[in-house]
Amino acid sequence: MKAFLLILLLAAAPSWAASSNAPKPDIGKGGQCVEDPQWMRKNHMHLLKHQRDETVRKGIREEKLSLKNCIECHASSKDDSVIARVDSFCVACHRYEAVNIDCFECHSGMRKSAWLQRNAK
Amino acid sequence: MPTNPFNKNEPRYFYGLVAAGMLVVLLGLFAAHMMEEHGHVITGMNNQIVWGLPHVFAIFMIVAASGVLNVASIGSVFGKTAYKARAPLSSLLSIALLAGGLAVLMLDLGRPDRVIVAATNYNTTSVFAWNVLLYSGLFALAALYLWAMMEQRMNRWSKPVGFIVFGWRIILTTGTGLIFAFLVARQAYASALLPPMFIVMSFAWGLAVFHVVQSALYAWNGMTLDPAILKRMKNLLGIFVLGTLYMVAAYHLTNLYFAKQAGFERFILSDGGIYPWMFWGGYVLLGSLLPLLLIFLPNLGKSSASEKTGSAVAASLLVILGSFALLYVFIIGGQAYPLSIFPGYETTSSFGDGQIANYTPSLPELLLGCGGLAIAFLITTIGVRVLNSLPHDIPDRRKQEAG
Amino acid sequence: MTDIDVQRRSFLKTSLGVAAVTIAPGMLLFDAAHGQPQAAGGKVRWGMLIDTAQCKPGCNDCVTACNRENGLSGGANGQARSPLPNPLPQAGEGANDSLRESHLKPTDPQWIRKIELKDAGSGRELSLPMMCQHCEHPPCVDVCPTGASFKRADGIVLVDKHRCIGCRYCMMACPYKVRSFVHEPLHDQNPDVPRGKGTVESCTLCVHRVDRGQRPACAEACQNKAILFGNLNDPDSEIARKIRTVASTQVRADLGLNTGIRYQGL
Repeated sequence: MKAFLLILLLAAAPSWAASSNAPKPDIGKGGQCVEDPQWMRKNHMHLLKHQRDETVRKGIREEKLSLKNCIECHASSKDDSVIARVDSFCVACHRYEAVNIDCFECHSGMRKSAWLQRNAK
Repeated sequence: MPTNPFNKNEPRYFYGLVAAGMLVVLLGLFAAHMMEEHGHVITGMNNQIVWGLPHVFAIFMIVAASGVLNVASIGSVFGKTAYKARAPLSSLLSIALLAGGLAVLMLDLGRPDRVIVAATNYNTTSVFAWNVLLYSGLFALAALYLWAMMEQRMNRWSKPVGFIVFGWRIILTTGTGLIFAFLVARQAYASALLPPMFIVMSFAWGLAVFHVVQSALYAWNGMTLDPAILKRMKNLLGIFVLGTLYMVAAYHLTNLYFAKQAGFERFILSDGGIYPWMFWGGYVLLGSLLPLLLIFLPNLGKSSASEKTGSAVAASLLVILGSFALLYVFIIGGQAYPLSIFPGYETTSSFGDGQIANYTPSLPELLLGCGGLAIAFLITTIGVRVLNSLPHDIPDRRKQEAG
Repeated sequence: MTDIDVQRRSFLKTSLGVAAVTIAPGMLLFDAAHGQPQAAGGKVRWGMLIDTAQCKPGCNDCVTACNRENGLSGGANGQARSPLPNPLPQAGEGANDSLRESHLKPTDPQWIRKIELKDAGSGRELSLPMMCQHCEHPPCVDVCPTGASFKRADGIVLVDKHRCIGCRYCMMACPYKVRSFVHEPLHDQNPDVPRGKGTVESCTLCVHRVDRGQRPACAEACQNKAILFGNLNDPDSEIARKIRTVASTQVRADLGLNTGIRYQGL
């Protein structure tokens, strides 16, 4: 029994190290503006959830923390979107982790400057 | 027990019923999936008629769920022995109907995936928020009640729990009435009469459903209902039907007195096309007067006990039909009549101002509503099989000894 | 303290003062350029005064502007729909006639609409735009089970789409019937105006513009200057001064909701 569990553990270990499976998102313009990437990977959902109430319910619109601003930099340079392709900024990791993204039911995934160009008023 | 074909194949019939129920549930779930995938545009609901056929089904089930528990309350709270034996079935039915009704409501939401949000964010002034707590509370209490009645060691708690259940569901049904009563701007609603009206309706509809289910169970098991109990129950149904008629009459008569309500009343009672038909034909005639006839004058051409039972079941089924008609007129008719935003002016716009709104029920809505009924049916069918909920009437010893 | 210390002290105070005066305007401009880190204030109450005498029947400028600004225009994409050859599955008399003319389905959202009125007694005709009245005591906020329908501190009534479950109770409760439900999946939304299927929405008083210091799109678009937007709580604002001098009413004032939108000439 113990031997079996040990083998199981050892077999599982390599998958942790396998970087070949890791998602490679198209980071658009890239760069860092809020926090470092590892912090963002762990906490972006908490940040979004907190910030959305600040903005919608209290009217606090801090540009650096707005979703539009994230998209402005992180949308792909090819199609100006964070959700259009399987390796788009949001989709790549969410697809890998199998976590549904609810945001873009309502929010536009497109860079605002590009959207304005497309829908020239 | 004589081995007739029915008894031999009874398990098969049972599984057949369950399969049929599951099929309808699946159809309902499919309809809900379509609605979630494509949006409510595939239904008949729109920006003028925001609550449609699913809500008719759901509110019927929820009101009946509360009312069916009344049968148990008459036993525990009012001490009538004949009803005490019926309490387990009544609790089971209540849970079943509540589950069905709430399933329909939750699946009709624009964002059913956000039910968790509804369960964790409460606006204290909203009746809907109170209802989330009241309905889940009733589930728990009905289950507790069932346990107290079935577990011998807990029997002494069945009366106190019965009292709590009684009080809880009066509050709950009041809440259901308040959903509409709080709509200050709509001529069809905004009336303090609605909570008591819903309570009386719950008594009538709950008892009707109970009677239908009880009769089906008895027929399935080859038993006959004691004529004395049958008479009591059907007369009680008659009283509740009269009570509901009274409430509806009071509501409309009061409304008719107000000049500003005259247009609305004319719409519902005479000019509105399908709504007056459903009201007078569906609710008043078929849903109230005919059942009253069947209940209080059952001897019209009938003599045998089974025929009398039959007329009571027919009366119950008609009451249920009438309830759907009444709810259709109340919920949908109430929305079809235009809001009086500018009293004294005639209005037109691109958004239906000043015009009667059109509504055609769609298939997804019907399937969803029937799916809810099927959920209630399944829970009842399986519950009755698994639990000892068939009313075991204790024969009156004194009568037996007397010979 | 020695004289030198006193001198140092006053020098520091002066230089700090100078620095503050130099930096402060820059900070204010910074705020204006980079969003609004402060919350919507209670000292402000946004409202509108609509002069129905200036509102021309048949003119739809405010509606068109709102649709364009918010990505509406009836239909899934916010692009104007082509006329339907033969309408609407629910076609019949009544509600759908005017809909057909405007090529809108009964399920299409309308945040603002023009209503043509005719006094039943005198026959006087007028027209006016109807949008969310941004009540002080909104019935929609009272009935919302999750608190998605809420009133911001500056009086704007909004739907928090993060919390809306799409129960439509607020639509039943609204006395002005100004809320719409999104019946179809939406695509290509305006990044400034998130909206999605299954939630309820209504006029936001162009909150995304107001927060930038602009007027709502309808107020800006009206060529007849029928829509005046401003801060009701500021006694010196144009709207407050006008409300003090000309007669204006709230629609359904009997309900006691104290709306932020007032009408002149009703």
